[in-house]
Amino acid sequence: MGVSIEVQNLNAWYGANHTLQDINLNIPANHATALIGPSGCGKSTFVRCLNRMHETNPIARVTGSVKIGGRDIYEDAKPVEIRRRVGMVFQRPNPFPTMSIYDNVAAGLKLNGFRKRHELDEVVEKSLKNSALWDEVKDDLKKKSGASLSGGQQQRLCIARALAVDPEVLLMDEPASALDPVSTSKIEDLIFQLKSQYTIVIVTHNMQQAARVAEKTGFFLNGRMVEFDSTHKIFTNPSDKRTEDYITGRFG
Amino acid sequence: MPEIRISQPVPQPEPAPASEPAAAALAPEPSTIRRFLLARGNSAFSDYLFKVLMVLCALSIFVIVLLIGYELVVQSRLTWVQSGIKFFYTAFVDPDTHLPQYWDPVNGHFSALPFIYGTLVSSFLSLLLAVPLAVGVAVFLTEMCPGLLRAPLSFLTELLAAIPSIIYGLWALFVLVPLLRQYVNPLLVKTLGWSGFFDDSNPTGLGYFASGIILAIMILPIISSLTREVMTAVPHSQREAVLALGATRWEMIRTGVLRNARIGIVGAIILGLGRALGETMAVTMVIGNTPEIHRSLLANGSSMAAVIANEFAEATSDLHRSALVEIALALFIVTIIVNAFAQLLVWAVTRGTPSQAR
Repeated sequence: MGVSIEVQNLNAWYGANHTLQDINLNIPANHATALIGPSGCGKSTFVRCLNRMHETNPIARVTGSVKIGGRDIYEDAKPVEIRRRVGMVFQRPNPFPTMSIYDNVAAGLKLNGFRKRHELDEVVEKSLKNSALWDEVKDDLKKKSGASLSGGQQQRLCIARALAVDPEVLLMDEPASALDPVSTSKIEDLIFQLKSQYTIVIVTHNMQQAARVAEKTGFFLNGRMVEFDSTHKIFTNPSDKRTEDYITGRFG
Repeated sequence: MPEIRISQPVPQPEPAPASEPAAAALAPEPSTIRRFLLARGNSAFSDYLFKVLMVLCALSIFVIVLLIGYELVVQSRLTWVQSGIKFFYTAFVDPDTHLPQYWDPVNGHFSALPFIYGTLVSSFLSLLLAVPLAVGVAVFLTEMCPGLLRAPLSFLTELLAAIPSIIYGLWALFVLVPLLRQYVNPLLVKTLGWSGFFDDSNPTGLGYFASGIILAIMILPIISSLTREVMTAVPHSQREAVLALGATRWEMIRTGVLRNARIGIVGAIILGLGRALGETMAVTMVIGNTPEIHRSLLANGSSMAAVIANEFAEATSDLHRSALVEIALALFIVTIIVNAFAQLLVWAVTRGTPSQAR
């Protein structure tokens, strides 16, 4: 089951570039939350701060607090254990090309030393079913490489890989931006189904996508969070002029 | 500005003369620059000349390789006619002592076996020592080295490749061999002597082991710099994918980097092997130069390159010389195949992985 995320006074830098400024928000558990905003507004940096991927860049820096399930991930946890609880799906599908489909899904568990064959089979099947890929790949699980799938299938494979470690939070950084409309709608259906079991944070450029899948939406601009509210309110009656300008297409 | 002609313009029908009156009719006068460029013509001849020259340069490589091969085949005919393929695996057995005589120029017995053995043993020994070290260096440099240290460290590793092999040989002879003789070899005999690979019959410190070590140092920069290259070619998204699953640094390197780069790393290793097989000077100085076959790595031996370097100048009989050339031919073929194979593997990885292209 998912857990809630509380972010307080989060600031992030890339070198001298202050990419996130004083972000405060509460992301509810077991819901999908969308983050929208123009390119470079800091929304990707924000999700990367939620699993401490931001700091894998040597020039990156973070201050503030992020509590996932009540536990401060910067104060009392190491990055590795956070990333075992918080799964992530990237903008471009990045399956492991040298591994079979099966090994791709099992990678997270195998990495952590999980070796029970029978249970591994079950987890792989369940994850692939959850990511709506099972029917397409069940016949060549161990025959085909992860890279042999189509772009949309690869992205669902990456979702299955993230789900296999049973995360409490699933971060998705523009998961459909590199995909065609059909694959995109499959991913969206998937998010819709998964959000009852996981806390999902999805970054997107596509405002219709935010409107379709998320209960809550946050609007980012120039490293600040301008508005965070229910998706319905953001898209029908935003309180901030800048949000209105953005969603009506006047800029961005 | 005076006319600068890099090449003679080929006689050409229309542009310069024909266009001038036409242009004059429309515009008052073509500019100096325009006239200068028009006067150069279409430069077809210089282009053609350049192409021919470059093709000749490229062809010269093939010609050189073919000539070397041809010469080696012709010069080694005598041995080939006399012993055929047996030259590579049999030995003359002395009827009195029943001991094998592999290489006896005085009595005209020649077999390449001890040299092939010495080359293989010292080369594989060097791989055994160099590969873990080289991959370790590459991993450190690409994945965890602080920026400040990266440039000097990679410069130093590359520098190792630039040192002439005679310098390595001298260093091995005056530093490494005494060190082995006094400290390392006795220790190896004491601890691992039971395996038969280390016995104390050779008190000099020379031998397969010493050449293996010096070869390891010599091939280290090749393997590590190529490994670094193929590791850098692994897309960053692969590293992030593993990290996001909660991997430690080593797990990330193993699953996200080494696994994706493995074919290229194998290529780098084989390229190192290619260099080790053919290395002459340093090996000649420390391998001991005795045409014998021993199980012990601490024994004296010889290698293919070493015997050619040592004996070619003194080879008086035709058969002796022809035997040496045949060894050279074998070495030539093996190193060409090994190198070609290695380059192919490295190329396969660095030209861009499919996952990156999408």
